[in-house]
Amino acid sequence: MTIDLKTVKHISKLSRISIDDNKAKKLSDDLNSIFKFIEKLNELDTKEIEPLTSIAETNLKLRKDEIKSKNIREDILKNSPEDNKDFFVVPKVVE
Amino acid sequence: MSNITDLKLFDLVEKIKKKDLSSKEVTEAFIQRSQKSKKLNTYITENFEDALKNAKKFDDKPDFNKKLPGIPLAVKDLFCTNNIRTTAGSKILENFIPTYESTVTQNILNEGGIIIGKLNCDEFAMGSSNETSYFGNVQNPISENLVPGGSSGGSSSSLAAKLTPATIGTDTGGSIRQPASFTGTVGLKPTYGSCSRYGIVAFASSLDQAGPMTQDVKDCALLFQVMSSYDNKDSTSVEFNRGNYLKDLNDNIKGKKIGIPKQYRVDGMPKEIDELWDKGIKIIESNGGEIVEISLPNTNYALPAYYIVAPAEASSNLARYDGVKYGFRSKGINLIDMYEKTRSEGFGDEVKRRIMIGTYVLSSGYYDAYYLKAQKVRRLIKNDFDEAYKKVDAILTPSTPSSAFKIGEKTNDPVSMYLNDIFTVPINLAGLPAISIPAGHDNKGYPLGLQIIGKAFNEQNILNIAYSIEKNINFKNNINDWWIN
Amino acid sequence: MDKLSKESKEYLIKREINEYEVVIGLEVHAQVLSESKLFSSSPTKFGSEPNTQVSLVDAAFPGMLPVINEFCIKQAIKTGIGLKAKINKKSVFDRKNYFYADLPQGYQISQYKNPIVGEGSVILDMPTGEKKVNIERLHLEQDAGKSIHDIDPQSTLVDLNRSGVALMEIVSRPDLRSLDEVNFYIKKLRSIMRYLGTCDGNMQEGSLRADVNVSVRKKGTKELGTRCEIKNVNSIKFMQMAIDYEANRQVDIIEKGGVIDQETRLFDTKKNETRSMRTKEDAHDYRYFPDPDLLPLELNDVFINDIKKTIPELPDEKKKRFIEKFKLSSYEANILVSDIETSKYFEEVSKNSDVKLATNWITGELFALLNEKNLEIIDSPISSNNLAKLISLIKNGTISGKLAKSIFEMMADGDKDPNKIVEEKGLKQQSDPKELEKIIDKVILENPQNVKSYKSGKDKLFGFFVGQVMKRSGGKANPQLVNEILKKKLN
Repeated sequence: MTIDLKTVKHISKLSRISIDDNKAKKLSDDLNSIFKFIEKLNELDTKEIEPLTSIAETNLKLRKDEIKSKNIREDILKNSPEDNKDFFVVPKVVE
Repeated sequence: MSNITDLKLFDLVEKIKKKDLSSKEVTEAFIQRSQKSKKLNTYITENFEDALKNAKKFDDKPDFNKKLPGIPLAVKDLFCTNNIRTTAGSKILENFIPTYESTVTQNILNEGGIIIGKLNCDEFAMGSSNETSYFGNVQNPISENLVPGGSSGGSSSSLAAKLTPATIGTDTGGSIRQPASFTGTVGLKPTYGSCSRYGIVAFASSLDQAGPMTQDVKDCALLFQVMSSYDNKDSTSVEFNRGNYLKDLNDNIKGKKIGIPKQYRVDGMPKEIDELWDKGIKIIESNGGEIVEISLPNTNYALPAYYIVAPAEASSNLARYDGVKYGFRSKGINLIDMYEKTRSEGFGDEVKRRIMIGTYVLSSGYYDAYYLKAQKVRRLIKNDFDEAYKKVDAILTPSTPSSAFKIGEKTNDPVSMYLNDIFTVPINLAGLPAISIPAGHDNKGYPLGLQIIGKAFNEQNILNIAYSIEKNINFKNNINDWWIN
Repeated sequence: MDKLSKESKEYLIKREINEYEVVIGLEVHAQVLSESKLFSSSPTKFGSEPNTQVSLVDAAFPGMLPVINEFCIKQAIKTGIGLKAKINKKSVFDRKNYFYADLPQGYQISQYKNPIVGEGSVILDMPTGEKKVNIERLHLEQDAGKSIHDIDPQSTLVDLNRSGVALMEIVSRPDLRSLDEVNFYIKKLRSIMRYLGTCDGNMQEGSLRADVNVSVRKKGTKELGTRCEIKNVNSIKFMQMAIDYEANRQVDIIEKGGVIDQETRLFDTKKNETRSMRTKEDAHDYRYFPDPDLLPLELNDVFINDIKKTIPELPDEKKKRFIEKFKLSSYEANILVSDIETSKYFEEVSKNSDVKLATNWITGELFALLNEKNLEIIDSPISSNNLAKLISLIKNGTISGKLAKSIFEMMADGDKDPNKIVEEKGLKQQSDPKELEKIIDKVILENPQNVKSYKSGKDKLFGFFVGQVMKRSGGKANPQLVNEILKKKLN
């Protein structure tokens, strides 16, 4: 399994992180060495093993259907990169 | 004043309760020492002014029933703190000021604690040397240009340098225990579900746990008592009887069965670590514990499994840092361009690397081969521990395969960096509690730690075993204040 | 292509040589009726000021965690029971990862491999007979926020009020074959959920939307064609228009020898066309995985059985009962049960009056009135109580049917009691035979010529006498009695 430049570009697109070509090469090398290390798992036969998705030894707790939060618009928008007292603002989206 | 900062947490609490010291005196002492210690670069954000105000407030109206009466504490900058900048060591949160408080820091505040600052850490807790922080390297007070471990490197360094009487960290694969081991301090990673994750910047949700970092085991029990609570704001928080870890702390380990896993004797491990391990075994035996050889056959697969599970969860947890709601934003010609530039410029290389790994292992066509496989291996690792705990009460291992290394030594080789966590990672995968205590030094004089792993929710047991070893091991940190100016 | 074919049992598109069948499946997104959101305790109210119903969890602030709303789980189970579906005792919440301005977490919490509700079915009462549509699954998920493109010329504005509101996604099998079936299917789902109180079905407010999967295949072939998914269509009319356009687009491509690309498309309601959504295409790998902030949802029998006990009589059962107990026709029963409020109204009226008359008056006069005033039955200007009184008045002969219609009109103004109207206006029907005889005698006496003609065989004159009697009684004479007495006197 090798992660070539094309794959690096594809996952960079999926993860919304732009990568320039110089860095893509280095990244591809890094990822390859990491995946070589990860491939060790192939030694194990896990066909019959149930995956472990949750480690917490408890049941999913259920919340009552009650409104508890107040209008905190000011707090919510306080840290937003563009000033607007009502909305979050992003570059124009054309669909 | 320097003698105040030499006091341990427990003693400071006693002295404040007896009114031998005021909160203001204690807070000032740690702040002053912190101000002289900028060379260590442990603070990302100082909260000194506020802290002094709060200390005065406490002294004006003291409540000595609190567990941390007017005690100043600096905390890892992964805990969201109301009105105090919280960065997670990242440029992407460089200017983020939460309007809310994490449950763990709230518990500390509720018990009278005072937050004096936010401590450096690897970016989003992804690292083992604190070298991935956007806010720069942290120096280990043990020796110049030595890493303090990671990701809670600012915490371990501050604690060892006595800039804070105790601190808190988070541990996803060893981020409390490894830095504790590298700085000659005590660090506890509690059972998954013991401390609430609410308000802690998430790295890998199924592995993250907050825990105390202290000078000794007694302090650890005290701080853990404060931190751990059931929280209905965290669906993975577990409701159980938490007991009184400090009151029930004792060094009687007679009849306890302690397992020694043969798989932890790895090639190339310095002989000092082997010797230290044997020393720990002897102490346990002489204190009346019984040593049992055990097997954790899948240990070698823990690290590769971890480097699938943790990045996978991280790739999704870090998707919210997109420049829309808070934090850094880079200008883009359209929405996608804005996302890609923001995340490319806002995240450091290691974080990007892990997001990429995580994205890849979850992507269509690879999910079964990587993510699902890793979850299955995780089951095998948990089964190993379940088997072992049929025979033993706890497990003793070294904390790390080596002592602290030089800054820059491993930054170009991610895999060798990852190998640092080989002894700590399996515990996170199995959700178990483990404590690292300082136990000796290597030939360079750098501290080394021993790790005691417990059964789920049986922190008391490993605290007691650690306490018993600590009393007999006579560890002393050699720190000469080289950085003070 | 003629209009008839697409509304008949099968929607067929005819071209020179080939005939194509249109295959439709729907993914309906129904907003769960609940006070607070699926994973946070902020309100779900529609139409509030932007970003005023947003908690730290909804805006995905660092360190915020989801905690699930028990009521939303119950609502999903209820709906599942209403769809005669299997309730899964273990279900899992997954993260669906993609970036969008109104998706603050960068993922949507949904259920992928293990939904809370499994296979079920819905029966449609088509004019051509019953049709069963199979349900593949129902799962719970979070709604996204809203991107607003038309306020600011330079930027898109984001309102997160809706972010995190609970949705049920109900996925049908590709069992629908015509635009009519789509219409009936949506209405039936809506009806069931309104009976259950799990979704208000308000399409204007976006409580009910659908992604529409459309494919075409040559008539007679078994294999399904490649489908396109038209995202987020929010009215039945638009769904039909979108399907119509999309099916023809696909046929055109095939006829030209092309192949259909499986893709996500958008319906432009202004241009009446679907087009490819390229913005989402390149990020189409959702990387589902179990949300590590949540645990699997495990339900026990007690929990499910307690919910079963709260299930009301649903439209299909109600229809059956109406037919059996009230001897209604299938057509009448369908009309009366399709909406829960109508069925309630009907039962209230008929309980205190007469089933047949209640049916006729509700489906006739009342529906006409509501239609004219553009009102829902729940806002009817005439209460069920007063309509029942009116029907009783007809039934016991106090007023004639004709008179009742004018009283009905008067009642509509402020829900007036028909008894009072009758009393105040002196509209009581003349049903006293002695009084009527007097009038009739007078009429006979005054029209000897007509009496003579009638008796000699001019039957048609009978109407003339009735008219005269009614005129003299001021319209209040009981027509039935008038007939009887007249017949006796004249023969």
